[in-house]
Amino acid sequence: MKLVIGIVRPEKANDVLEALFRAEVCGISISRVQGHGGELDRVETYRGTTVKMGLADKVRFEIAVSEPFVEPTIDALCEGARTGEVGDGKIFVVPLERVVRIRTGETDNAAVTPVNA
Amino acid sequence: MTPGIDTGDTAWMLAATALVLLMTPALGLFYAGLVRGKNTLNTFMMCIASIAVAALTWALVGYSLAFDEGNGFIGGLGHAFLRDVTFEPREGSTIPHLLFMAFQATFCIITVALVSGAVVERMRFGAFLLFAALWSVAVYAVLAHWSFGGGWLIDNGALDFAGGVPVEMGSGFSALAAALVVGARKDYGRQALLPHNAVYVLLGAGLLWFGWFGFNGGSGFSTGNAGVLAFVNTLLTPAATLVAWFALDLVRGRQVTAIGAATAIIVGCVLITPAGGFISPGWAILLGAVGAIPSYAVIVLRPRTRVDETLDVLAAHGTAGMTGILFAGVFASASWNGVADGLLYGDAGTLGWQALAAVATPAYAFGMTWLLLRLVGAVLPLRADDRDQGIGMDVLEHGEEAYASGEGAILIEPDGARAAGALVTVP
Repeated sequence: MKLVIGIVRPEKANDVLEALFRAEVCGISISRVQGHGGELDRVETYRGTTVKMGLADKVRFEIAVSEPFVEPTIDALCEGARTGEVGDGKIFVVPLERVVRIRTGETDNAAVTPVNA
Repeated sequence: MTPGIDTGDTAWMLAATALVLLMTPALGLFYAGLVRGKNTLNTFMMCIASIAVAALTWALVGYSLAFDEGNGFIGGLGHAFLRDVTFEPREGSTIPHLLFMAFQATFCIITVALVSGAVVERMRFGAFLLFAALWSVAVYAVLAHWSFGGGWLIDNGALDFAGGVPVEMGSGFSALAAALVVGARKDYGRQALLPHNAVYVLLGAGLLWFGWFGFNGGSGFSTGNAGVLAFVNTLLTPAATLVAWFALDLVRGRQVTAIGAATAIIVGCVLITPAGGFISPGWAILLGAVGAIPSYAVIVLRPRTRVDETLDVLAAHGTAGMTGILFAGVFASASWNGVADGLLYGDAGTLGWQALAAVATPAYAFGMTWLLLRLVGAVLPLRADDRDQGIGMDVLEHGEEAYASGEGAILIEPDGARAAGALVTVP
């Protein structure tokens, strides 16, 4: 089991979601985050105050998957999120120690397999 | 006091002018709520820019082309640069000519702002400014001449109390042309592009309704019967439209929607605009109820097409304006308005001219807007590319965000980082 974390552009979040669903990955959490990843900063002006926006809005996908789904999940994230310009985001894959489905008490692979799969 | 001026009429028209001007920021709020959060400011700014641009084009040439004597199609240039627009009342009026001009200016302004609803979230701001200037003269002033300023419609007895021709049908059918020329938003029809703040939408609609009492109530240019009738009808018609809209919502989706209610307020106000001072309060209620149906149908059917007429200006203004114009041709009664009877009260000729207005106005507005946007598109980029639309029009066009948190913002000017003595490592 792996936890796949994908950080992507907010405007690509829907494309990523579609790609994940096509790859039959359907256990997903997302959150809105802000971050800095080496892209050029935007300059904004509010009356006399000019600022450089050091943090860009991003959407973070967190997806816990069994081994056979790791590559399809990564592929889907790349496919949905890529524009080719700096700022497309990152994918982190980390090992998962335990997963528990709260409703049934199922653990690990059973817990990351969708109910109707 | 200049002779011929009535103090009561002038006082009311001063207030009514301010009421109508408020409608444009109100429309900005209504529209801003209907778009996505990253396009809030740009959408609102199109309305603010309409005030900036149209107030000036109106004073320079628009007013003259609409209200100076000319031919049946367009007015002359006798009042260009506000020449001879002074405290003396116009013939047949009891308010200063200057105030009459300002009241009409606010109509031109709101109409330009209405058209922006068709192209929000992708039209470039520079192109919109140029388009607004050209459109306010080539479309609005011409249509205003037809139905208010001595043109062929008013000359032949067509009834248009407060602007069903120039404002409502003018904006609605121009919006359709604008949506077609500028093209759909990125992802339109593929992804759900939802309103980001329904409270703005409701508040904007409420403020528009408030302003509309000046719009319709002021279009009698006095405190006389016609103005009072239009004022009261502006209360009754939208209320009836709301009830009808609730019913249509219930039939279609089993729930009454808030954004539907906001839309119904606008549709109701538009319905009564051409008919306000011409029909009885009873017929005004019927107009509100029956007139909801065609606009509701267009709102349901339009998103099934490829036409991204984004904020449904055609349904809310074009369709409802046309309904109101035709309704006035049937239900106008001289016993209420002292001007003309409709079909129901024995004058079929009125309805004939109403029908002609309902054909000629859309044709002219659509064709001329198409032409103007092709012209603007030849010199300026009309739309933001897909990448820029992804970033959002607020940051792209204005370098601001509606909902900036300030987290991660690093001061560049004034040298605040040093002035405040803060230790900032700029990445």
